Amino acid sequence: MTALKGFIIKESKHILRDWKTLVILFVIPVALVLIIGYVVSIDVKDTVIGVYDKARDSESARLTARIASSGYFKPVKVITHDAEIAPAFRSGSIRMVVVIGERFGSRMLQNEGAVVQIIADASEANTAQLLSIYCEGVIQSFAAGEDVVVKPPVEVEVRMFFNPSLNGVYMSIPGIMALVLIIITAMMTSLSITREKELGSMEILLASPLTPFQIIIGKVTPYLALATINAVTVVLLGYFVFRVPMTGSWELLFLINFVYIFLSLALGILISSLAPTQMVAMFASLFGLLLPTMLLSGFIFPLENMPWWLQALSRILPPRYYVEAVKAVMIQGSTLEVVWQRLIVMVAFGLIYMAAAVKKFKIRLD
Amino acid sequence: MEIIIVKDLVMRFGSFTANDRLTFSVAKGEIFGFLGANGAGKTTTMKVLCGLLKPTSGSVVVAGYDVALHPEKVKRNIGYMSQKFSLNDDLTVTENILVYGTIYGLGRAEIGKRTDAMLERLELTQVRKRLVKTLSLGWKQKLAFSVATLHRPSIVFLDEPTSGVDPVTRRRFWELIYEAAENDITVFVTTHYMDEAEYCDRVSIMNRGQIIALDTPQRLKQAHGVESINELFVRMVR
Repeated sequence: MTALKGFIIKESKHILRDWKTLVILFVIPVALVLIIGYVVSIDVKDTVIGVYDKARDSESARLTARIASSGYFKPVKVITHDAEIAPAFRSGSIRMVVVIGERFGSRMLQNEGAVVQIIADASEANTAQLLSIYCEGVIQSFAAGEDVVVKPPVEVEVRMFFNPSLNGVYMSIPGIMALVLIIITAMMTSLSITREKELGSMEILLASPLTPFQIIIGKVTPYLALATINAVTVVLLGYFVFRVPMTGSWELLFLINFVYIFLSLALGILISSLAPTQMVAMFASLFGLLLPTMLLSGFIFPLENMPWWLQALSRILPPRYYVEAVKAVMIQGSTLEVVWQRLIVMVAFGLIYMAAAVKKFKIRLD
Repeated sequence: MEIIIVKDLVMRFGSFTANDRLTFSVAKGEIFGFLGANGAGKTTTMKVLCGLLKPTSGSVVVAGYDVALHPEKVKRNIGYMSQKFSLNDDLTVTENILVYGTIYGLGRAEIGKRTDAMLERLELTQVRKRLVKTLSLGWKQKLAFSVATLHRPSIVFLDEPTSGVDPVTRRRFWELIYEAAENDITVFVTTHYMDEAEYCDRVSIMNRGQIIALDTPQRLKQAHGVESINELFVRMVR
């Protein structure tokens, strides 16, 4: 036990002494959260739009004022002709145009059915859709307040539960956590073990009384501590900076993270037992972990819209379960009864990776 | 007393036979030179003796323990130093010593005592707080040897310990080896420098997985009618 302790202290010293890497390890997660947090959040706020008021009456002016005061839109451009719309989109000065139909006020008062058209720049399809939904909402509420508008034949009311303002950050924080934790733990442990192989120091360790299991524990423990610090940093950033709600229990969130870190460590050891050099380990981590985590965990692109085979692929990759579990706990306030299945899946993945790694490690020794 | 007893050792990797029925023994306190061309199977044998590889067949007893059955007991009684890597560059001299001491189960006080004595002997006391990467290769290798023998093993395995080291430092390094042997530590050393082979009590020459010569340098030279081990090596391994 003292031998193991000495070895762990030595490994920690290596990491602490390499302060440049250490800074990167702490700064990158923070930078990732801030960058992705602000980039991914396509929340609608003060979006610049144009208004093409064909009616020019008091009601149309009130609608325009209502849209302006919603906080979502800033009607900065006055459009007076159809032909102005496309060039305005092309120049990027506005992203949407609200066209208020002719005789808006009088049609409204006489229950003839007033017409408002929303034209959005769909070169960014997701944003266009989001903007049109928001704008529709504002116009609906305006019409409801007037109490005189012609009701549409079928009224669809859309409400976004748990994330009423469709805040993208709610989705991205668990995703970033998945990303940061798997990179720090899996990539760094695999690099640290393959480095020993490259230097030849693994031989010295293997010729010592330390058992292979102790060597692995010694290598992994410092990164376990680092990953835990990173997990806490990312959660706190999401909670305080991006105001991601925390409706579930902190203990459960901690448990999910712990299981995920364990899984990532197992993956890192597996990679290092397969990769002969640091370079290979690096690429295996990047392409095997980073890309699938970004693309197939449902954090940037919704899984539901993917072809079935990509959905099937996402099912055999662990980050998906982690992201789902974290979202369930943080945003929906779910309890263990809801997330236990995902926890079990993650534990199973971890055990499979670990078993494969230990088997591989032994083969190399024999 | 024989401290290493190898009998009919065969080590195969798939269809490749790295060690083909090796039989030899090394006496306690002996300096045993293990020579051979690159790829002759020296490293494999060394790994088997250190308990890193399980032999395909044959019996290997090191420091009184069968390596196939009790590799962990063997590891406790040996020291190992490789040419490729010896010490952690980003740790200081004393930290390196401390790490190896702890791994081999020595107490902190004992490590402190041995560290002081060792640094005194190597005249490294003034650099004890320096990072190992700031030391010259010669100093590093001497320090590495002392670290590998810190726990007073009964055998120390040296895998090309002096490659890339200047002749003066090599000579000093061999003084350390003699000192260890006087303290009853058996030295099992591989080298490509044939002048070093002359310093050994006995040498073996390996070729294609087999030992083709084994005796004292003097007797080998006489038997083959050559001037030096270098000449003998070139003639036999060609």
